[in-house]
Amino acid sequence: MAYRAHVIISGTAEETQQVKTAFVDTIDALGLAGEVDVQEAVDITVAPRGVEAIVYPDVTHYTDLTPADAQLIAEEHLYKGRPVEGLIFREREVEPLDTPATKEVRVVLRNVGKINPENIEEYIAEDGYAALGKALTEMTPDQVIAELKTSGLRGRGGAGFPAWLKWTFARQAPGDQKYVICNGDEGDPGAFMNRRVLEGDPHSVLEGMAIAAYVVGANQGYLYVRAEYPIAIHTLRIAIEQAREYGLLGQNIFGTDFSFDLEVRMGAGAFVCGEETALMQSVEGKRGQPRTRPPFPAVSGLFGKPTNINNVETYANVPQILLKGGEWFASMGTEKSKGTKTFAIAGKVKRTGLIEVPLGITVREIVYDVGGGVLNDKAFKAVQTGGPLGGCIPEKHLDLPVEYESLASVGSAMGSGGFIVMDEDTCMVDMARFFMEFAQEESCGKCVPCRVGTRRMLEILESICAGKGQPGDIERLEALGQYVKLGSLCGLGQGAPNPILSMIKHFREEYEAHIYDKKCPAKVCRALIEYKIDPETCIGCTRCARNCPVAAITGAPRQPHVIDPEICIRCGICAQVCPVDAVRVE
Amino acid sequence: MKSLEELQKIKERALERRKLAGEGARARVVVAMGTCGIAAGARDTMSAVLGELEKRNIADVIVTQTGCIGLCEYEPIVQVQIGEQDMVTYGRISPDRVATLIEKHVLGGNPVEEWQVGK
Repeated sequence: MAYRAHVIISGTAEETQQVKTAFVDTIDALGLAGEVDVQEAVDITVAPRGVEAIVYPDVTHYTDLTPADAQLIAEEHLYKGRPVEGLIFREREVEPLDTPATKEVRVVLRNVGKINPENIEEYIAEDGYAALGKALTEMTPDQVIAELKTSGLRGRGGAGFPAWLKWTFARQAPGDQKYVICNGDEGDPGAFMNRRVLEGDPHSVLEGMAIAAYVVGANQGYLYVRAEYPIAIHTLRIAIEQAREYGLLGQNIFGTDFSFDLEVRMGAGAFVCGEETALMQSVEGKRGQPRTRPPFPAVSGLFGKPTNINNVETYANVPQILLKGGEWFASMGTEKSKGTKTFAIAGKVKRTGLIEVPLGITVREIVYDVGGGVLNDKAFKAVQTGGPLGGCIPEKHLDLPVEYESLASVGSAMGSGGFIVMDEDTCMVDMARFFMEFAQEESCGKCVPCRVGTRRMLEILESICAGKGQPGDIERLEALGQYVKLGSLCGLGQGAPNPILSMIKHFREEYEAHIYDKKCPAKVCRALIEYKIDPETCIGCTRCARNCPVAAITGAPRQPHVIDPEICIRCGICAQVCPVDAVRVE
Repeated sequence: MKSLEELQKIKERALERRKLAGEGARARVVVAMGTCGIAAGARDTMSAVLGELEKRNIADVIVTQTGCIGLCEYEPIVQVQIGEQDMVTYGRISPDRVATLIEKHVLGGNPVEEWQVGK
């Protein structure tokens, strides 16, 4: 017998059976058994997305199906011929990139994506290790420092301390044993600039570290990388082995009396271990907790010895500076912030990914020219830089140049390079709650203001989101934020209140709307929104009532329906299934 | 490593090797294997490339890997270079696209325009 339609289902065994049963039962109940055929298949698409179904002959592709969805598809699509739009799989639309390198300038990333990271000769072909050779055979440590000073290179971990000064301190510190450390404990949510360098061009970091070791007088280095970066660790280990094989690590490098070796140390993924004193504790095998400074690592660092510690990106810049000269590097960027910076663009933006741009570029250029603009052409609201310890930059500061001082002046921070774009549908209270939750979980607990303060701030934010905000909450958050900042030893506690404080500074009215009007302007906080059906638009098709999981919708067929706000759980399914967009969020 | 001259020699050797003719190869296929690429399925793509070449018994195509080129959205990314021509970059090359890519571009010399990034 000829069928008029076929449904092909695939997915994991148990769920597929449930969905199939739902299809077959509904098809039987509708009397379509002889017209529609249901078949199972194995992996009908390349990337599995739950239980999937493709309806032929029109090739409608549904994904992530539940038995209830199957029933709906049978009733609507197979019986009435109306595909269920809300369940159809749509590949995320991405605009074609006509000029992928808009405004990008690659210094740190010059080899990444170009060479095979597992072959040292490919790095050498790109002038790799020539800077180390030049430093060892033609330059004194002081000349290297002078070149760095000319370049104006500042720490890329976020604080922006001049690299040449840090190296000078470690060089001048008395001690027979010194160390260099590379901080690869990249932990900001959504940021992976350093991972890309470590995976794609590990030798540039090794070379930078060897040059630093020569300058400060160290013979041993440690690369601290979190265990969540297995590929970076794998690549680094191969790179170290090959560098040893070629005599670029080890004894008497380039025939001089300079000897240097490296070891990879894995971090267990505690955010606080990105702080230099906690990181060194962790390398020593102790619990990662920060300590008071001074003494600074340059004086008393790893195992109590003078230690130079820089970020991955800082080290990766050094070989280029020695080869092309400090003046070349200083020709990029602004007066106080020289060179380029890598950023991970994420969030509500069309082209997410990793970029390297000259410092001084405006926020607008990054969002619109490099990032391609806001996703789905929604309105831009803000961008979060500096990760969970940074702050947000609102629309009025879109033309702000990206440099250490200017970002700090609006309450944000450069950080290591996270760049999260938020659109009009982002609730700033909810966002602050997310970042506070992160900081609260990652607080190591050593300093009371950080341990208890972040918890209290999180509780206040949670109550505001739940519609229980009290007058005075904003002021309490501001005061607590100041205490936590002032009373904490390390960057985690000092930075944790930043997102909230900057969001209150720029979006105070949104906080007030939550607390006083009990409204969430972005319509995100569930406790503060209400779903309503517009009686003028509603056609009484009963679809919302049938799909409501808590039976909060009542109404006779072909009559306007009503949602009972007391029962409604604000899941939004009614809005998704409504064929005429009669469901409004208020 | 004893001297700058030694480094220079390795550099020249590596640059020579980069020229396809020097290696006696007709093409180079590069698969981006950063974490982003692997998360998007680059390992399967790499296996598919190697499998397809083996199936067709082709030995003069160099298959190599590289890191993230910054277009994570388009992973798995595969680059193809024929002779001394410019490198062509393809996005979203899942294993099922590999056979076509090798057939049309690597062997046929005609880039598959609809999968190209930057076209």
